[in-house]
Amino acid sequence: MIKSELVQKLADENPHLFQRDVENIVTAILDAVGDGLANGDRVELRGFGAFSVKNRPARVGRNPRTGEKVDVSEKYVPQFKAGKEIRERLNN
Amino acid sequence: MGHKTITRADLAEAVYQSVGLSRTDSAELVERVLELISHALVEGENVKLSSFGSFQVRSKNERIGRNPKTGEEVPILPRRVLVFKPSNVLKSKINKSMVGAGK
Repeated sequence: MIKSELVQKLADENPHLFQRDVENIVTAILDAVGDGLANGDRVELRGFGAFSVKNRPARVGRNPRTGEKVDVSEKYVPQFKAGKEIRERLNN
Repeated sequence: MGHKTITRADLAEAVYQSVGLSRTDSAELVERVLELISHALVEGENVKLSSFGSFQVRSKNERIGRNPKTGEEVPILPRRVLVFKPSNVLKSKINKSMVGAGK
């Protein structure tokens, strides 16, 4: 399922809403998650899962082909842990 | 970093601010979006949300695990797990705001 299919399903369930509004709703939700993570916040959606941001400190890496040292700068990566309910639903 | 936890209520508020709907309807729509995504995943579909990321269902084979306390061998049954792969847009958005922001 891609985003436009999600929007379509939600629009079918809500015939009183304009398709454009449904699209904005989905975007608003995803943006709220993304903005939260960009602020370093944790996003916890019970039953679904939790998003968090993890720090990866700067390190000296190596080019595996040449063995040459390369500086890898600090970065932040988003993480997701599936919630209990969805884990159970996936395995029943 | 990690000053706050965003919950469903915050997502509902974002919907409420973006479209002229009641708070009750906004909360219900957040619920439906999460359920539509969950349902697709449970059906074994991958869910790809452009500029956000994709959720993928992976099947794991059975393997032998160990109870770390007793050392006893226990089979870990085959199961399906959910993984999230953030899009480059999301990754760079997070990095831009976090790196150098002293957070």
